[in-house]
Amino acid sequence: MSTHSVTAGNPAAVLHHFDTAEQQRDAATLGMWLFLITEVMFFGGFFTAYICYRHYYYDAFVAASHTLNIPLGAFNTAVLICSSLTMAMAVHSAQLGQRKKIVTYLLLTMLLGATFLGVKTIEYADKFEHHHVPGPNFSFPGVENAQLFFSLYFGMTGLHAAHMVVGIGVMIPMLLAAMKGKYTSDYYTPVENFGLYWHFVDIVWIFLFPLLYLLGGHLTPGGGAHH
Amino acid sequence: MSTVSSTIPEAKPNYLTSDFSIKSWLLTTDHKRIGILYLISISLMFLLGGILAGLIRLELLTPTGDVFQPENYNKIFTMHGVVMIFFFLIPSIPATLGNFLIPLMIGARDLAFPRINLLSWYIYLVGGVLTLSAMALGGVDTGWTFYTPYSSTYSNTYVMLTALGVFVSGFSSILTGLNFIVTIHRMRAPGLTWFRLPLFVWGHYATSLIMILGTPVVAVTILLVALERGLRIGFFDPALGGDPVLFQHLFWFYSHPAVYIMILPGMGVQSELIAAMSRKKVFGYEVVAISSVAIAVIGFLVWGHHMFVSSQSWYAGLVFSFLSFLVAVPSAIKVFNWTATLYRGSNAFLTPMLYAYGFIGLFTIGGLTGLFLSAMGLDVHMHDTYFVVAHFHYVMVGGAIMAFLGGLHFWWPKMTGRMYYEPLARLSAVLIFVGFNLTFFPQFILGYLGMPRRYHAYPEEFQVLNVLSTAGATVLAIGYLFPATYLLYSLFKGEKAPANPWNAKGLEWEQAPSPPPTFNFDHTPEVHEPAYAYAPEKEKEVVHS
Amino acid sequence: MGSIPFLPPSASSVSGEVDAFYFFMVAVTAFFSLLVFGLVVFMAVKYRRKSDQDQPRAILGSVPLEIVWTAIPFLIGMVMFGWSAKIFFTIMTPPEDAIEMYATGKQWMWKIQHRNGKREINELHVPVGQAIKLKMTSEDVIHSFFVPAFRTKMDVLPGRYTTTWFRPTKVGKYHLFCTEYCGTKHSGMIGWVYVMQPEDYQKWLQGDSGEGTLAQRGEKLFNELGCANCHRTDGKGRGPSLVGVAGEMVELERGAKVLADEEYLRESILNPQAKLVAGYQGIMPVFQGLVSEDQLLQLIEYLKSIGKTQKAPAAKPAAPASRTAATAATVQGKGL
Repeated sequence: MSTHSVTAGNPAAVLHHFDTAEQQRDAATLGMWLFLITEVMFFGGFFTAYICYRHYYYDAFVAASHTLNIPLGAFNTAVLICSSLTMAMAVHSAQLGQRKKIVTYLLLTMLLGATFLGVKTIEYADKFEHHHVPGPNFSFPGVENAQLFFSLYFGMTGLHAAHMVVGIGVMIPMLLAAMKGKYTSDYYTPVENFGLYWHFVDIVWIFLFPLLYLLGGHLTPGGGAHH
Repeated sequence: MSTVSSTIPEAKPNYLTSDFSIKSWLLTTDHKRIGILYLISISLMFLLGGILAGLIRLELLTPTGDVFQPENYNKIFTMHGVVMIFFFLIPSIPATLGNFLIPLMIGARDLAFPRINLLSWYIYLVGGVLTLSAMALGGVDTGWTFYTPYSSTYSNTYVMLTALGVFVSGFSSILTGLNFIVTIHRMRAPGLTWFRLPLFVWGHYATSLIMILGTPVVAVTILLVALERGLRIGFFDPALGGDPVLFQHLFWFYSHPAVYIMILPGMGVQSELIAAMSRKKVFGYEVVAISSVAIAVIGFLVWGHHMFVSSQSWYAGLVFSFLSFLVAVPSAIKVFNWTATLYRGSNAFLTPMLYAYGFIGLFTIGGLTGLFLSAMGLDVHMHDTYFVVAHFHYVMVGGAIMAFLGGLHFWWPKMTGRMYYEPLARLSAVLIFVGFNLTFFPQFILGYLGMPRRYHAYPEEFQVLNVLSTAGATVLAIGYLFPATYLLYSLFKGEKAPANPWNAKGLEWEQAPSPPPTFNFDHTPEVHEPAYAYAPEKEKEVVHS
Repeated sequence: MGSIPFLPPSASSVSGEVDAFYFFMVAVTAFFSLLVFGLVVFMAVKYRRKSDQDQPRAILGSVPLEIVWTAIPFLIGMVMFGWSAKIFFTIMTPPEDAIEMYATGKQWMWKIQHRNGKREINELHVPVGQAIKLKMTSEDVIHSFFVPAFRTKMDVLPGRYTTTWFRPTKVGKYHLFCTEYCGTKHSGMIGWVYVMQPEDYQKWLQGDSGEGTLAQRGEKLFNELGCANCHRTDGKGRGPSLVGVAGEMVELERGAKVLADEEYLRESILNPQAKLVAGYQGIMPVFQGLVSEDQLLQLIEYLKSIGKTQKAPAAKPAAPASRTAATAATVQGKGL
């Protein structure tokens, strides 16, 4: 039981400072989970601001929330849920080492991600036309502080979209590697960990959609928000 | 040595001599070389921050603001705070000693993610360059706390660039913390259970938890300030519908725990110094280990004690005050345990131990004066006065920097393979201790007298104490110049260090030569005994009894 | 120069207790610091390393000791917590007999308004023995109102009112500092508090008070800005009558209620749409940026003068009475 030499396991895949492929995989997975925790805290700042300002300016939030396009938001939610499924299938295929299926599912995931971003662009353009983009040209007649809602809307969905863009960016080299058959049933950690990231980004949206689109829409404005 | 399962290799190339090219340094993934890169960077930052501190003390020598214009003075203290906190204190011990020692102490060949480790240094550099360029262009005058709406609307200085620098450097600290946690969880040598880990590792584990949980929040807060400033989007400015107090909540949610990022690694160093220099296991090892994690956890729930007079709810204030008294308990426990370790020890009068003694004294005063500020009724008077300045300098300079210097001396032979000149080192330790107290003790009195912090000019009756403080700063500055000189000198002319000059316990001393080879150990070491097993057989008796 | 002072002047009703608590804290700190210091020095000498071969016996720890030195700091901490919280609530709760004054922070000066219309900058004159309540706000960034001799301090925020109070106990001249960093001339945002004998204070107050009391100035503004056109006292205007409103509960749309305190009045002037009174249209223009913080305080002082105390000549008992009746009816309606 004395020495683990450097070359235990697959020499190509195990880096010099790990003893076994299993240790390396465990380390990568734990690292990914910790990274996701930092991401939760990162979005947490926005969510805290949302909670505070929703409490301060309830009416403005309801009024502003009414202008969001619920059908488009719902469509995007469905798109993202589908992309989570295809991502999960990609991970599953990687675990089985099915090269072609990995490539197919990754492509599908990228496509769905791009669809989401496309729809988001349409929504942003719509906001731009209606002067709902915060800044000097912002206008929302009759409601004070509606700008705060839109600041948070763009801040939160913008940060989320940035994560989608990064995700799609990361998938490109992953796709190339998958085509070359780099991922086998012995080595699929990158696909698995990227899957965790992608699911996380989806879950963030699952919170954003009701908070921004739905919560205001079905309540009458002004209901008991005053103290 | 009973633990040795392999012999110490001799006359092989070590991590310093394995490759001399510039590229081999700039693209290294060796945690030891990255630790050295960090050491060089933070030393330069410390020099810069120290010069700025000197300028502050120079201005405060006289009551009338006669050396600098007020706007320049404000930029000087802001840059002093930003540089010292974000670019020196936060990375100081973790990124240098932690980086260098954690893999050595747990018997690993490197950190779990060596390339991410290098990336964190580059991110730190980018953040540093951004912040320094803000300084070069004309500086920033918001104070390191960036309070809104002054920072987001009213200041006409380079807030965005500085904020961007701080934002970027935050990611370097997130990556360091992430790397440490994974490494400590997954890469410990066989037999090295959690309660056999050196307390240095426990301290860094607790620190890393704060790094990954707190830093993202301050990052997003600074991002919001930048958005408000750049795009006139309202988040914190009341004129735009925002709430400036929300900024304070978000800011201190990170920045209070950040205080523990700065002191917890210092506490870890302190435990190592006390154990090795008294040749005894740290008294109450488990309690000291757990108290680090307790500080990290409770430390997340006390941020509101910076805001007793901010118009925060009184009842929120009560809870924050209560929890602040609670977080003081684990710190007190540590001090008592370190002191108890000295009992019947073999306490060496060596430089690292002098720093450890200094740490106990100064940290005790720093910690107890923290209670003055947790006490709501007294904080109303003390808040934002020089009492606060004195308190956190006792913790940060008297605690964190004393520990950093003590640790640097202790592991210098391991890191460089050279011994420093001991008599000069002892003299400078004493000089630093005296200079420090002379600088900051008068500030406690100034604070209770009511002198507000961040004042460029002050009423005449405060002058005597300010003169004392400036005189102390001069002694302190000279004290810091000594180690800078003799440590550098030792690199070239110092005596060659043996593998274990202190006869200390720990894998880094017993199983690796000085300096260690690139992969630390030829074979993964195995551990068969607890940490600090200076008297192994007797220890067993005590365990059974 | 000369001798070093250790305490600021003690000149308010709370400063004595704050000092007593401070001495207690200093004593605890001195005791534990000297204890730890003493032990360290003693053991550093007594158990110093005598030879390089020393091998001290291991002492692993002691559960009773750990319990003792966990419990003692905790208990001492709780005493500090309780005592200081009690002091805090005293410092923060203004007594009933306090008279109100107004302070506005502005980069980089303190503007004070007395109710009789007297105004001063970077100076505050107060009578000895009388509790003073300061309503404070800021025109720009966050400031903080600090009088060391009174041991009291409160942040001054833009966009809202904060309150501090003190009862001076000693005639004299004391420092007033801004303690929240507020920009270039932060250290110049200082002034003096003059604590005077009541008769001297009255004399000072009468001298040159300018254009009438604060409420009178508010009334003048009320007319100049055209408020009176809609907010008619007979209740038949396009806006609600403001007689008897200040300090009372106001009914909003959909049955919500809000206390018409300074904060609400301020918001309703600057941003009338935020909390509309039931039965009225949101047609009032926004006054954000049109009235200064000083003028706002004058308007509020005027509204308070025609509030429940009904000092203003315009106030007729009919309007408040019917309003109260209406409120009572609503309460009943809600109850059913």
